[in-house]
Amino acid sequence: MKVIEVKRETARVECEGIIRDVNIQFLKGVKEGDYVIIHAGIAIEKLDKKEAEKTLRIIKNEIYR
Amino acid sequence: MRYIDEFRDPSSIKRQLKEINKQAEKLPSPVYLMEVCGTHTMAIGRFGIRQALPKNIKLISGPGCPVCVTPDSYIDKAIYLSHLKDVIITTFGDMVKVPGSSSSLEKEKSEGRDIRIVYSPLEALAIAEESPHKNNIFLGVGFETTTPAVALTIKKADEEGIKNFYVLSGHKLIPPAMKTLMEDKEVRIDGFICPGHVSAITGSKPYIAISEKYNVPSVITGFEPYDILEGILILTEKIVRGEYKDVVIQYKRVVKPEGNQKARKVMKDVFEVVDAEWRGIGVIKKSGLKIRKRYEGFDAESHFPVKVKEKRKRCGCICGDILKGKRQPTDCKMFGTICTPESPLGPCMVSSEGTCAAFYKYGG
Repeated sequence: MKVIEVKRETARVECEGIIRDVNIQFLKGVKEGDYVIIHAGIAIEKLDKKEAEKTLRIIKNEIYR
Repeated sequence: MRYIDEFRDPSSIKRQLKEINKQAEKLPSPVYLMEVCGTHTMAIGRFGIRQALPKNIKLISGPGCPVCVTPDSYIDKAIYLSHLKDVIITTFGDMVKVPGSSSSLEKEKSEGRDIRIVYSPLEALAIAEESPHKNNIFLGVGFETTTPAVALTIKKADEEGIKNFYVLSGHKLIPPAMKTLMEDKEVRIDGFICPGHVSAITGSKPYIAISEKYNVPSVITGFEPYDILEGILILTEKIVRGEYKDVVIQYKRVVKPEGNQKARKVMKDVFEVVDAEWRGIGVIKKSGLKIRKRYEGFDAESHFPVKVKEKRKRCGCICGDILKGKRQPTDCKMFGTICTPESPLGPCMVSSEGTCAAFYKYGG
């Protein structure tokens, strides 16, 4: 889900219009615009955009796996 | 950009299947790849991956559905606790339909017990704060992905001095179950598709030990079709090349080799490792988590003397063998006839991540 607002221990996240407040205590340096993986109301990891883009380039056949 | 649909691109899927077929031709005999996690089982069913693979690559489902492996005795304890005076039971939704030896939480709720479904343990804690005159017992069930959330909730309860919140811990660890399956001579596993979000917490280290000891390659994949097929391709390539001791992280956009150390630290602070019973598998050494003495005040088992008689009323289904990957749901005479998602007999049909539920919904 995409982070739209960061508070102290929590962040407001959104996906397809669904908005939730989740705990972000297990992550460092969460900021607006980050994507996070949520499980049981807690963000367990940040999505690494660089790695995601790399995989997407493989999918688009721009680079070899 | 949602980082979801992009991983479902049909043209890349066709390319991957071509590559998988090419590798499969080099295999001397069929290979059995186990997807350990229930979320993978559902994704494999939903995207028709099992049917799209060459015939000599077989996918078998593993024990990674927390609700499915929760034994009768745990459900019986939860039901016992729900009968105590001034008690609120909070639980994840999947748990309520699971049959214990003679009832289920859903049935108890319909008979007036205060059993509430929550999305997060933090929500359960909030209910406890709102109801100071009730004892609130949260049913802590789940693997390494869920346990840190429960541990964090217990720490919060401790910091905030909340005295009416308890956890009945049924938490379990995935790697010891994988080891047990490798020791079972009746189970054949040539490669593991490791759980993506459990691995976000654990990292790849626990699987390296398994791959090295049992000569079985592992891949940590995501949950989109591209991810799963890439994982299958990587495993097939490893098997063809004889690289059995390798562990590969395919799901690099989420899983780091070291995992989430912060989450593991909180989990370790609150829980200690003990032996645990898995439904259908039996007791697995050092595979369960118990609340440490330091946080004993939040341990439902030590606070409430739980008396449950050992009852062994079996429904006759083959969930045990399905959880070990020995047999498939379609091998069970009750599957799809008297055991359906609307009226499930075994836990593999109850849980939304159960193998039987996946086969029923998407076909085998």
